[in-house]
Amino acid sequence: MKRFALAAALVVLATVPLWVGSTYYVNIASQILFYAVFALAVNVLAGYAGLVSLGHAGLFGIAAYAAAKIMTGGHGHLAVAAGALAVTLAAAAVFAVLALRGTGLGFVMITVALGQIVWGVAYRWISLTNGDNGITISGRPSPFGLSLASPRGFYWATLAVFLLAVASMAVFVASPFGASVRGTRDQPRRMNALGYHVWMIRFLAFVLSGFWTGVAGLLYLYYNQFVSPQAVTLTASAEALLMVISGGTATLLGPITGAALVVVMKNVASAYIERWNFVLGAIFVAIVVFMPEGLVPGVARLFRRSPLR
Amino acid sequence: MSVSLLLAINSITLGGLLFLLSAGFSLIFGLMKIPNLTHGSFFMLGAYLSTTLIARGFDFWTAALVAGVLVAVFGTIVERLILRRLAGAELAQVLVTLGLSFMIADVCLMVWTGDPIRIDTPAALRGTTSVMGLGFPIYRLAVSLIAVVFAAGLWGLLDRTRLGAMIRAGVDDAPMARVVGIRVSRLFTVVFGLGAWLAGFAGVIGGPILSVYPGLDQEMLPLALVVVILGGSGSLLGSFVGSFVVGFLYNFGQAMFPELAYVVLFLPMLLVLVVRPQGLFGRQAV
Repeated sequence: MKRFALAAALVVLATVPLWVGSTYYVNIASQILFYAVFALAVNVLAGYAGLVSLGHAGLFGIAAYAAAKIMTGGHGHLAVAAGALAVTLAAAAVFAVLALRGTGLGFVMITVALGQIVWGVAYRWISLTNGDNGITISGRPSPFGLSLASPRGFYWATLAVFLLAVASMAVFVASPFGASVRGTRDQPRRMNALGYHVWMIRFLAFVLSGFWTGVAGLLYLYYNQFVSPQAVTLTASAEALLMVISGGTATLLGPITGAALVVVMKNVASAYIERWNFVLGAIFVAIVVFMPEGLVPGVARLFRRSPLR
Repeated sequence: MSVSLLLAINSITLGGLLFLLSAGFSLIFGLMKIPNLTHGSFFMLGAYLSTTLIARGFDFWTAALVAGVLVAVFGTIVERLILRRLAGAELAQVLVTLGLSFMIADVCLMVWTGDPIRIDTPAALRGTTSVMGLGFPIYRLAVSLIAVVFAAGLWGLLDRTRLGAMIRAGVDDAPMARVVGIRVSRLFTVVFGLGAWLAGFAGVIGGPILSVYPGLDQEMLPLALVVVILGGSGSLLGSFVGSFVVGFLYNFGQAMFPELAYVVLFLPMLLVLVVRPQGLFGRQAV
């Protein structure tokens, strides 16, 4: 049953550009996929490690800006991708060392500060980042002969990356490392007493999260062919966290659902509702107050409670 | 010389405003353990409300007081209806305040449009005064003075009254304070309301200097955050010193390293976090 559902989901995802009529919706689907990668990355920390980061848009933006800088420097796409990911990993390591000075609310506040520094640099350091005008790049790559210039091509490439991210998350969750990350979330002192290096486990979780955040940032840059300080605001970090929390933390499906919810809200609903920011905030508040575990576990709970089972 | 003097005055003025904003933030954080991410929104909301009140014929100071009260009522409702439901779930509380800040920002955009609104300086405080042959803008001095008066008042409240003793007890050890019969949950409401009032009031008196515009909330909130982390949560003295440090860092950073102004602002905070996580004047680890 579960295998069948998985296969069906794969078929549906792979054929989206074929049965969705306009390229507008194909583009929305691409956005959902790379934001889902971002949300999955945030979930590694917020869900499994119990460390809520409100500065992840900073890492996301560092990846996008690094890629844009390397590309405008005239380098090829392989150098862009490798360079951007290397820079993001290094930044994630620095973020982790600083942010892991605290846990709980301390961690939240340090990540806010780190995110704001990145924003400040993106906004103010005009010679490096072109300030508010952002950086425009031209041209998407064509890996393995698949041109990403068309919405369809980009969708399929994003889908491949997304599936890779989901698979890596599934492996991570099932692995001993995943179990030890959850252990440091639930019982850090016991983990310590059992001989685990709690700090190192958290640090590695942060770097893993940073890696997939970087991948998402790279996809974001290629999708928009543009990056500006808008991508690094506190609101952007909050949105990523909202995706995770609305869908359900520490689940695989939750962040994906949350990403779909937020992207659809942002793009589709905003065509009908002028005040989508208000609606976004209201959904945020409602979910936290009424369904604190998120949509996926919340709905699952409702089904378990129903008398049919 | 005169440029750095002007910068110094601006720094002190910003420091004063930040103190009004962050004193409440710090007390709320110290007592309730919530980084109240709507605090910047309270600041902006107060300023916007006062523009409407002034347009309806209120004078500046009445408008400032009334706008503060309206913001405080709103804050108290939020505390009673929403935050209270989430007692003990600090993370959920943070997220709710973040969601609310989105909502407030959007409502403000709807009601007061996206154009910046200038609040006129009260007539009596326009112009400059001359001290030792140097011109000082009167209103900026007045703002600094108000901040100092409020600092003294808050210190008196916290250090010399029964209510203040109860709040300090709650900040230090809430479970113990409950055991000795202090109704800490009622203190939450009082402190949250007071903090909201201070933020709203600060927004109004900051209006003639900063004006009001969408995004003001997101600009002030990180500053308050820096102040509290620098000074230490729950410490009034920490807020006071931290506010002026941030005021100077912000103004001089912008003048001397315009491209790195935010780095100049946030680096000291990171240093403090790394070296002394509880803040300069904080007693407990965050």
